[in-house]
Amino acid sequence: MEILSIRSLNKSYGSHVALKDFDLSVSQGKIFGLLGPNGAGKTTLIRIVNQIIDRDSGDIFINEQPLKMDHVRNIGYLPEERGLYKGMKVKEQLLYFAQIKGIKKTEAKQKITDWLEKLNLTQWKDKKIQDLSKGMAQKVQFIATVIHRPDLLILDEPFSGFDPVNAEIIKNEILELRNQGVTILLSTHRMESVELLCDEIAMVNRSRKILDGTVKSIKEEAKTNIFRVKMIPQNVDFVPPGEGLLRQDGILEFKLSLKDQKPNDLLRALMAEGEILGFEEIVPSIEEIFIQKINESHGE
Amino acid sequence: MVFPTILGLFLWIGLSDATTSENRKVIEVVDENNSFFLESDELYSFSYGELGQENAKLLVQEGARFGFLYIPDLDVTNPDGVIFYSEETPPISMITSLQLLLQRKIEAFRLEASGIDPMILSSYKTNVDIQTIILSEAGGERVSNSVVNYAIGFLAGILIYTFIFVYGNQVMQGVIEEKSSRIIEILVSSLKPFQLMMGKIIGIGAVGLTQFLIWILLITVVSSVVMGYFGMKMPQQQMLEMSSQQELFSTVDNPELLEVLQMVQGLDFAQVTLTFLVYFVGGFLLYGAFFAAIGAAVDSPSDAQQFMFPVTIPLLVAYMGLFIFVLDDPNSNVSFWLSIIPFTSPVAMMGRVSFGVPWQELALSIALLVAGFLSTTWLAGKIYRIGILVHGSKVNYKVLWKWLKQN
Repeated sequence: MEILSIRSLNKSYGSHVALKDFDLSVSQGKIFGLLGPNGAGKTTLIRIVNQIIDRDSGDIFINEQPLKMDHVRNIGYLPEERGLYKGMKVKEQLLYFAQIKGIKKTEAKQKITDWLEKLNLTQWKDKKIQDLSKGMAQKVQFIATVIHRPDLLILDEPFSGFDPVNAEIIKNEILELRNQGVTILLSTHRMESVELLCDEIAMVNRSRKILDGTVKSIKEEAKTNIFRVKMIPQNVDFVPPGEGLLRQDGILEFKLSLKDQKPNDLLRALMAEGEILGFEEIVPSIEEIFIQKINESHGE
Repeated sequence: MVFPTILGLFLWIGLSDATTSENRKVIEVVDENNSFFLESDELYSFSYGELGQENAKLLVQEGARFGFLYIPDLDVTNPDGVIFYSEETPPISMITSLQLLLQRKIEAFRLEASGIDPMILSSYKTNVDIQTIILSEAGGERVSNSVVNYAIGFLAGILIYTFIFVYGNQVMQGVIEEKSSRIIEILVSSLKPFQLMMGKIIGIGAVGLTQFLIWILLITVVSSVVMGYFGMKMPQQQMLEMSSQQELFSTVDNPELLEVLQMVQGLDFAQVTLTFLVYFVGGFLLYGAFFAAIGAAVDSPSDAQQFMFPVTIPLLVAYMGLFIFVLDDPNSNVSFWLSIIPFTSPVAMMGRVSFGVPWQELALSIALLVAGFLSTTWLAGKIYRIGILVHGSKVNYKVLWKWLKQN
């Protein structure tokens, strides 16, 4: 089932077009990554789904219902620009955020106790935010986002501003929430985290979606059929096929394009020429695919 | 809490000062004419030690006398050259009373010189008091007193002016804090920006109103306690202790005080209080919306200065107008317009209300005030919802205008 579905969404700020005929489908229980350079329209999209700004046209459905104000209770949102009330105590702050999401006081208090324990913050519950380290404040910020147990968690650049240790903690929490059935929509420019974390992605550039699908299918499609070969030839005069030749201490390294052959045929032919040290297909990373796609779309 | 405590403390010090005779200031007088005999009173004690100027100065320097009044040989038609020496700057009130005492003496001398008996002259002095009575269309009569009306208008106007500024600023600071600490985007993902803005304005308004009521309560209690300690009674206590109105009026032999009491009786307190609350709240909502919009448009309090002008000017016009026109003549054309236009009416109308305002004018003014704050909150809401998400860019009036035009 699709938890979030967007159809032909348009948004302009004056003469600047932020989103153009944008479609998006996010399946329930998946981690969905939204990738794109700054100014591509990611934050605009996220703000429209959070009903912070209005769309010009287009339809948005949450659980197959048209988006309405009540849906804020189903959504947890961590903006890119985020903060807390510095002079307020941790537990009071979390209670406030839970209550504006419509959670009852007693229920909220129980959830706060559980979350603080989970992230090792129990002893800090009566401290003010300004007395906490940055890492601890970031954890409190994350709790504030998920305290009402949203069905859809929207994270705008979730790892920006987090130190590596806390980023890892948050990443694990995201995965755990996904396993509990929460759908996560995140925008990021950290491509390596996308590959490990996301089930599906969409690439956004210049207010348009340029590519979407599962990480696996996108990588499958981007395969180049080029193999990287590492070998020690029997004959010193051996001239390897392919390109990008490197020669070091008698070891040759080169790239070879698979034409009408099967990988095994190619490997067999190479084995006849010497000892094979390495033979692997070159699959571009999400980052490389991304850059390639952007260049293609600019070229259009 | 702080404000009534400080007030009580000053009242205490002031009263202790006034009631102890130790603080009577001793002034040495050297009179070359030997004819100016000034009588000592509660405040000043005059000593005639027949010392020379130099010795008198020495007494002052030693601290034995507060000051030294030197009266040279005076020409009564042109009395110049009187000097007061003291170690510290004398209070203006002291110099004024000394001048008055000497003036009276000289006047008496001159009258005597021209053969007029001062006693006869003073017996001709007449005091005329005009009692003002307001006739209503229904035929009722109401005793009015310009001084009491003036005081009520003056106080109420200043209170509303101060309240709008102090708490309006708090609204602005609150919005700036939420914006600069980047909490705002989280908040508006749960609430509509307009709800958040109105919540801030109404919340701070309610805090202000509560604080204000606590002040009034505490000031009454503190001043009663302090004055009770010194054996004085608050006027309202005195009135409460009188069993009936007749008894109240019969015990008052001072005609001026009687008039004030009658006036207070004739004043429609319910109307004044109700009008005060309406303009207090209405004025705050109207300006509070502006303050919220300014807070949303800027990144820091120092950036807010450039937008304060349109808020400060109408308030200042209302404030000046209250003193120059409204309290002077509550029924003039200028007073009418100042109390009708929503931007000035909260302050200006309070200057008129105790003098009595036709209900049609009051209704028109309140209706315009309500329309006024509905439009300012609508306009402010448009600026607010865009402004809170804009960080780090230079915002000027042109940009605000662009935001207003956007949907």
